Amino acid sequence: MNAILLSAVWGIVMMFSGIFTTSKTAIRNVAVVGLVLLVLGNYADMIGYHLMTVNVHKMLYFDTFGLLGNLIAFGSTLLYVLLSGRDMEKVGHHLAEYFALIFFVLCGVAIVTTFNTLLMLFLGIEIISIPLYILTGADKRNLKSNEASLKYFLMGAFSTGLMLLGIAFLYGATQTGTFFIDDLWSGKTAVTPLFMAGLLLLLVSMAFKVSAAPFHFWTPDVYDGAPTVFTSFMATIVKVSIFVGFIRLFDEAFGDSQEKWQVFVAIIAAATLFIGNVTAVFQQSVKRMLAYSSIAQAGFMLLALLALNGVAKEGIILYAAAYSIATIGIFAVLIRMKDYTFEGFNGLARQQPVLAATCTIFLLSLAGIPLTGGFFAKYYMLSSVVATGHYLWLVIFAVLCAAVSVYYYFRVIQAMYFKDGDGATEAEPGLGFKGLLVVLAVIVVVLGVWPQSLLGQLSRLIYTW
Amino acid sequence: MNQIPLSHILFVSTALFFIGMYGLFTRRNMITMLMAVELILNSVNINFIAFNKYLYPEKLEGVFFSLFIIAIAAAEAAVAIAIIINLYRNLHSIDVEAADEMKF
Repeated sequence: MNAILLSAVWGIVMMFSGIFTTSKTAIRNVAVVGLVLLVLGNYADMIGYHLMTVNVHKMLYFDTFGLLGNLIAFGSTLLYVLLSGRDMEKVGHHLAEYFALIFFVLCGVAIVTTFNTLLMLFLGIEIISIPLYILTGADKRNLKSNEASLKYFLMGAFSTGLMLLGIAFLYGATQTGTFFIDDLWSGKTAVTPLFMAGLLLLLVSMAFKVSAAPFHFWTPDVYDGAPTVFTSFMATIVKVSIFVGFIRLFDEAFGDSQEKWQVFVAIIAAATLFIGNVTAVFQQSVKRMLAYSSIAQAGFMLLALLALNGVAKEGIILYAAAYSIATIGIFAVLIRMKDYTFEGFNGLARQQPVLAATCTIFLLSLAGIPLTGGFFAKYYMLSSVVATGHYLWLVIFAVLCAAVSVYYYFRVIQAMYFKDGDGATEAEPGLGFKGLLVVLAVIVVVLGVWPQSLLGQLSRLIYTW
Repeated sequence: MNQIPLSHILFVSTALFFIGMYGLFTRRNMITMLMAVELILNSVNINFIAFNKYLYPEKLEGVFFSLFIIAIAAAEAAVAIAIIINLYRNLHSIDVEAADEMKF
């Protein structure tokens, strides 16, 4: 509850800070303070200290899984603002409002990761989506940004319609007449057509939100058109938290009817892996390549949804951390580049050795090379599917797709190290920026060397305090 | 109360849903597309109210849900109109075909 209260309040604080000060540094510092408070508040929630006792009538349920998802979302947002907060100034004049919208998105994130009724799921998804439509169109003079925002809105509203229809069908199919997710299946033995229709509509609409194929077609355009700072936010924190909600929904509500819908998730996962990886190979712009790579990574995260066992839930938390941190790092470097194509990265290693080296670690992590966080994240996903005993073909297919992904990630590394060029960044990056990138790279490596220690430590802290 | 069977009302709401979907995919005018989205959301409202009234008459969950949908739809419409006005300022047109900056 702390996180929801703090993020909503701090969003309003940010809006007022825009009135009382024009100093951009001051506004950024207010945002950083808010994010630190959010992380601490969420941590306090984990160890059982609450700012306020609110009777939520079981509509929200704060379990370790959701709170860990929150912690990763807020922690990566903090890193993201520290790294790229300065670049938000270039988007437009309304810096305070951008931060306010980010805090409102985080409020939605906190609801989506801890919902216990379909009503809260719907509200959380909408609280995430509506500020994102605005952030996508934040660059008001840029036609591409406007167009991306329109496309995002139309697709988002359409998928919301599908989700609502699904919820309405499930509401008609329950005998209890409530929206609690654990009541949806209770007392049923056979799947009615109404229940199945509702389940599939929910699956499709959530697949829209996490940009899984074949519902991914808005993603490249929206990620490409949106200002790069906000693309970074959308592709990492938002996507990962919606995944946490996605898994929570299917685990709690439909976990008992798993064999009825598993095959649909398997098909969606295979299609997402294939389309994401193969299309990314043909991209000329690194920004667009990262958009397709985020689709491909969503395919891997869908494997956790397919398996839905303990390994999968642990793995999705690790995946969330590894993927968010690596992608935020790459985007932070990309924002500083003059040219977003692969050629723009030519010779970056000579000009900016620190940027190139950290970028390489992030790309290796995304490709799933051992000793980086991405390797264990992918390993957990695959082993969770193996543990179910079925769908071995999907595991093999996923490994093949990961091999394809090495090609386009290594193209960037190749451009940075083995090609001549000036690898021009817009301005000489500061020492703090470089230092933070190194910190991020260290986190990625630590996640890759001792994933169990981090996850174990986190859960030990939570249970023993 | 039960002169009209539930299936009739569900038929109306489903028809409305697909009219909205058809409008969203065929219309080229941004305002009409926005109206189509509203049609989709309102058809779901009818669904919720009908299920609540016919299946769970002693409860109010469905009615509350539709209240939330109305509020969210209003917020969405406000943002959508802002986006459309912004596009109109740049393109001098509200035809979606005019917004074709990004091609695959």
